[in-house]
Amino acid sequence: MTFVRAVVERDLKLYMRGVVDLIGVWMFFGIAIAMLPLSIGPDPDILSRIAPGAAWAIALLASMLSLERVFAPDQLDGSLDLLLLHAPSAHVLVLAKGFAHWLVTGLPFVVLAPVAAIALGMELRGVLPLAGALLIGTPALSLIGTVGAALTAPLRRGGILAALIVLPQTIPVLIFGTAAVSETLMGRDSGAYFSVLGAFTLAALALAPYAGNAALRAVRS
Amino acid sequence: MPELGAFLAMGGYGAYVWSAYAITGLILGLLVVASLRARRSMRANLDEAEQASPRRRAR
Amino acid sequence: MAKALHRLANPARFLRIASPLLPWIAAGAAVCMGLGLWFGLVESPPDYQQGDAARIMYVHVPAAWNALAGYAGLAIASAIALVWRHPLALVAARCIAPIGACFTVIAIATGSIWGHPMWGTWWVWDARLTSVVVLLFLYLGYIALLHAFDEQETGERAATVLALIGAVNLPVIKFSVDWWNTLHQPASILRFGGPSIDPAMLLPLMLMAGGFTLLFAYLVIIRMQTELARRRVMALRRTALAMSPASDA
Repeated sequence: MTFVRAVVERDLKLYMRGVVDLIGVWMFFGIAIAMLPLSIGPDPDILSRIAPGAAWAIALLASMLSLERVFAPDQLDGSLDLLLLHAPSAHVLVLAKGFAHWLVTGLPFVVLAPVAAIALGMELRGVLPLAGALLIGTPALSLIGTVGAALTAPLRRGGILAALIVLPQTIPVLIFGTAAVSETLMGRDSGAYFSVLGAFTLAALALAPYAGNAALRAVRS
Repeated sequence: MPELGAFLAMGGYGAYVWSAYAITGLILGLLVVASLRARRSMRANLDEAEQASPRRRAR
Repeated sequence: MAKALHRLANPARFLRIASPLLPWIAAGAAVCMGLGLWFGLVESPPDYQQGDAARIMYVHVPAAWNALAGYAGLAIASAIALVWRHPLALVAARCIAPIGACFTVIAIATGSIWGHPMWGTWWVWDARLTSVVVLLFLYLGYIALLHAFDEQETGERAATVLALIGAVNLPVIKFSVDWWNTLHQPASILRFGGPSIDPAMLLPLMLMAGGFTLLFAYLVIIRMQTELARRRVMALRRTALAMSPASDA
């Protein structure tokens, strides 16, 4: 546990040091939301209808932005060797890395959900489901993303490649995350969708450490 | 040649049917040609390399 | 030394078995596809609903089946490579990927062409087409990762892990996409080749499916022969370099 805390604190510090990266994720979310009415038109009916999906798609893309920073810098300066040496196991390291990534790229969107909801003309009763769905679903995005980051760790510019290989894997989360919000807004019983979303995150929690471990072994020997 | 004309027309769907078969044939054909060519040039490389190398592995 | 010989033995045995089979596989593919084309385009009746447009099925469905089966083969080869470290499995996996991607492209293109007379538009996000598009992304991701590293072996190991992740996730993705499609039911939906299919259409479909599968196998073997020859060239060049007097200096 102390190891996880140490890794998370260290990663957060590193993310903070690259202020541009950190602020960049938040700004990306805000700007992308603002671009939507500009491209689609200000019609509140259309905007509110696409709001849940748009918020999810933007959250997904934003979480891809910083995959390059999960393992690659540590691999480059050799500190990944030290981390793996001190880690109880590589699985724990993968979990800690995923958690730190989620704190920087997932959590902000949970907090910003009301802003997105208002900006896109979503009914206010949609704010809580949107924030809840993001809270339940974005950890899965970060965990899957961490595995992709591990697979591209030694590459100098692996960010785009990591996003390319990770995005198709996140389709289930995107589908059920959006459905959970929009079905709630349509007044239908959406408990099952939240449950499925939670199941995805739990499955990612269980499988990502093994996949991440295999990925790190594959690219680092 | 009314029969051939009817065959080519495919009940009005000729353009769709024939373009689908043409695309399939084109992609598969290119794939076969490219694969065979790559094999031929690699085999030529192999012959060259085997002749250049001192015959250590006479089997 | 014994281990090195063992590593060499399997590819050599593969070549010994596969190479004589190759003409037979090619002939089988040609016969199946020739007969399939004849029955599909000439002998079989037009579909009572879709008319002659349904004949696109005879290339679309076999391509889609093989695209999916190819990914299964990629995943199985990757699993063998990961568990038993079998060198031939890595060669098989990397050779399957581009062929599977091409079959996927065929499935998408013919599906779109088929969709136009049926749906009145070139593209509908129907569950099947969407799944095939996702399959293409999985293939392309595998190929991109395979070639992203300076060292070929690293790329192969990384892509192996990715193929297995995709294989585990693919059923979940398929289920999600199917479910998503029922949620957003399009106004007019026409099912491609449902369960009740005319026997006169089944024969050409099966012939074409067999032909496509044999062609797939043919292409995989050709590319594996090429890749094995390439590895041999690299090995010969390395030993030649190591033995050349210049390297002593």
